[in-house]
Amino acid sequence: MDPYALKTLNAERRARRAAILVTDLGDGRDRIVREGDQVAGDLGAAIAKAFRSGNSGSVEAEGRTFFLNAHLPQPRMVVIGAVHISQALAPMARIAGYPLEIIDPRTAFATSDRFPDVALHPDWPQDVLERQPLDSYTALAAVTHDPKIDDFALKAALDANCFYVGALGSRKTHAKRVERLLALGASADQIARIHAPIGLDIGAATPAEIAVAILAQTILAFRSRGLDVKGAAA
Amino acid sequence: MSDSIYLDEARDPLIIAETWMKDGKDVAIATVVETWGSAPRPVGSHLVIDAGGNFHGSVSGGCVEGAVVTEAVDVIGSGKARMLEFGVADETAWQVGLSCGGRIKVYVERLG
Repeated sequence: MDPYALKTLNAERRARRAAILVTDLGDGRDRIVREGDQVAGDLGAAIAKAFRSGNSGSVEAEGRTFFLNAHLPQPRMVVIGAVHISQALAPMARIAGYPLEIIDPRTAFATSDRFPDVALHPDWPQDVLERQPLDSYTALAAVTHDPKIDDFALKAALDANCFYVGALGSRKTHAKRVERLLALGASADQIARIHAPIGLDIGAATPAEIAVAILAQTILAFRSRGLDVKGAAA
Repeated sequence: MSDSIYLDEARDPLIIAETWMKDGKDVAIATVVETWGSAPRPVGSHLVIDAGGNFHGSVSGGCVEGAVVTEAVDVIGSGKARMLEFGVADETAWQVGLSCGGRIKVYVERLG
């Protein structure tokens, strides 16, 4: 392995950015491909697939055998709002492989009694997200219904290019939210990325079912990164 | 299933390999490149080895690490990468096997 490739790879992994180490198993030469780098041909197609799935493996291309070692950051979820939906979502998301943190400045909601074994921040999103910034391997779901709490986090999620951004609320609620986000400086293209009403349309009726809908939509967004799939935004 | 969203710097084999390199050690990196059946560690897993036979990480959960370390020390000496194959079918060749019945292919290369 090329020492420079190892240094580059580790730097990307520390920064929570995806990278693939491509090794020619014939001559041992290797190089790092970052997400978004253009690679032509069959090798490029295999690399794009590995970025989406996170699966490593060998590929035959151009008469050679390459090993693609995909290093994807651990995806995670940040939920704004320590509400009923979040109580159901936290264990489900963890089981599905998306560790979850909850931010809610309302200390009556954000208690460890209500959320055992969950990373809980009884603080304003402004303060928490400054310490632990969002990134493109983070999903953000805003479920408080309170613009004072949700709006800042939604704008931050759009700016950080979170792979999933969802916001609870009816179409009418969302229309007002769009106005406020525009006023905060979000672009129309950014705002179009918000899933609102939140969650895949599975007819969810209870907080736990809404949690399933949010998690399913998050997984769909994660597995279709870089694809031109709109993901049934409900 | 991992709950940590950040690298575990003290245990991450590739971070350790970089640290060893900075300390001036000769290092080999072993990578699981293929698995069949119930292999204990997924494709892409690493074991890193120094010239003294010290190692971190895992390619099989303990079944074949000893043999990989021996090969890796040779690879550090020669600089020539090797492809190793382990499994029930290869017991005579390697004297080691995977008790789980799986098979794995491990690529061993020198760093630098």
